Amino acid sequence: MPGLFAINAPTSQTLFQIFSGHAPALWQTGLEDIVGMSLLLGFVSVFAMFCIWWERKVAGHMQCRPGPNRVGPFGLLQSVADGAKLLLKEDLIPKDADKFLFRLAPYIAFAAVFAAFLALPFGPNLTVAPGLNVGVFWILAIMSVEIVGVILAGWGSNNKWSIYGGMREACQMVSYEIPLGISIIVGVMTAGTLNMVTLGHLQGGGLFTWLIFRNPFAFLAFFVYFVASLASNKRAPFDLPESESELVAGFHTEYSGLRFSFFFFAEYAAMFVVGGIQAALFLGGWNDPFGLLGWAYHNATADPAHINAIYVLLLNLGGAAIFVLKAMMIIFVQMWLRWTLPRPRIDQVLYACVKVLLPMACAILLGAALWQLLVPDQQGIPWYDYRPFVWSAWRGAHAGLIVQIVLMFIGLALLGSIVLWVVRAFLSGRNLKQRLTDPSPILPETAP
Amino acid sequence: MFSEQNIAAVLFYVFAIIAAASALGVVISRNIVHTAVALLGALLGVAGLYFLLQAEFLAAVQLIVYAGGTLILIIFGVMLTSKSPFSRFEPKRIEVVAASGVAVVLAATLGLSIHRVAGKLAAVNIPTSRIYPIDQLGLALLGDYLVPFEIVSVLLLVVMIGAAYLAKGRRR
Repeated sequence: MPGLFAINAPTSQTLFQIFSGHAPALWQTGLEDIVGMSLLLGFVSVFAMFCIWWERKVAGHMQCRPGPNRVGPFGLLQSVADGAKLLLKEDLIPKDADKFLFRLAPYIAFAAVFAAFLALPFGPNLTVAPGLNVGVFWILAIMSVEIVGVILAGWGSNNKWSIYGGMREACQMVSYEIPLGISIIVGVMTAGTLNMVTLGHLQGGGLFTWLIFRNPFAFLAFFVYFVASLASNKRAPFDLPESESELVAGFHTEYSGLRFSFFFFAEYAAMFVVGGIQAALFLGGWNDPFGLLGWAYHNATADPAHINAIYVLLLNLGGAAIFVLKAMMIIFVQMWLRWTLPRPRIDQVLYACVKVLLPMACAILLGAALWQLLVPDQQGIPWYDYRPFVWSAWRGAHAGLIVQIVLMFIGLALLGSIVLWVVRAFLSGRNLKQRLTDPSPILPETAP
Repeated sequence: MFSEQNIAAVLFYVFAIIAAASALGVVISRNIVHTAVALLGALLGVAGLYFLLQAEFLAAVQLIVYAGGTLILIIFGVMLTSKSPFSRFEPKRIEVVAASGVAVVLAATLGLSIHRVAGKLAAVNIPTSRIYPIDQLGLALLGDYLVPFEIVSVLLLVVMIGAAYLAKGRRR
């Protein structure tokens, strides 16, 4: 059973070590960390802007209208225009608001979510903190500090809509942390490690080595995690804290301008973190479905004396692109659900957590533990410890391998059916009579 | 100048000042919600100190249990029971004098005793996460320390059942 044996992972090095070939001095590590975090800050900002545009496009197309399409090609510069507008807005603090808490709240929310990016494995050498042996747990822990920021925003606004939003959000996010944590435990139990980089290496042997397919219980845990992460992100259908049209704007009613954009960025960054955890823990991390990246990386770094640094960098960048793509697929499904499902009441939300998701998660945990005990699993990292596409390399774990392949086909069938559904909807929706066509541009002669 | 010792010392002072200043804020602040927020700072500072001690798991547990659970419960309790957002503490002068006296005596005792033993303690081989990785911790909890682990779980279960019973309200 994994965990009784220390996983012989390839030592997690950073890019600097690959390029220089030796362990870095402390100031070099510090500089590397600073550069990494600055890059991440830039990535988070650009990604949030892209995500806002994408959300509006998805919302538009699902509602048979075009979405933003005036500012820039396909409306891509809409977020830039929105950003400029938010920057120029008046910085309004209500007279009776608790000024200290009102100012502090957006920073707590954004800083907590941003600190979770430290452990996200963009690539085998592209993680900011590769040696963090509690990577998954760190992300879970620091995301729970975001809740404090949202509560303080609600309270500090001194506004009954904000307080309702803050209270609902605290209930919801804290309750859903339990099924969230339990489904993460199932994934970690299947893998045997909490280190995000090792988790990525573990899934490098092709589609059937992805953790979601290792175990029917990990398969189910992925979906439980997905639902719980929707609630933990305050994302529809669990978006009661910011219920537009119900609570004005919930906990961020009184925020305008740059303070509001902090909350907005925190929300989209949290969506990326959650999508990133699902990608890293269940969906293979930076690996492609054919195991090519794992094989190429193993060949490139097998001999520590002769490492082609540029080639390893290219592999890392490819892995990062795949990782971001997987996280974005999850985010797309989150957006899809937002514009499809109606919003339940807060007591229904909590009922779903405590009486449905929690027993389901506990049963899945029990099943996964029993599976680990009864079904022998292949130990080790693909390509490093065994060759994944060779039948004899799986000796002793053939039952597990067959289950993995069966689950892989089930997963592919599910994914294929969803993709076909989307394609069919896209093709048949083009000729819908109620589709809004682009209104005619305002001509100078006809303007009143 | 950038040796590991110096950086560790600087980080220690940063986290210690955050923790101490926040703790002071908890005690001094007049607004009850501000005390809860200052408690967040104290918990974050202590989590940072745990990270410096290489106890990564403990630091993450501190964040998730204290900052993400207990503190939210405290803030909830404070918000739902305070009469107005601006209710303030008004301590009487005699309370301030007595509390300051006790605090000064405690600080003097602690300072003198630390000063007396500083530099004379032998270095202890503290198990860090390099020596005891997470899987060893799990094995120890379920192996050598199984009975305390189970007793604590039973205690938590009793607490949950008690809280659910108390919150249920009376049947009519």
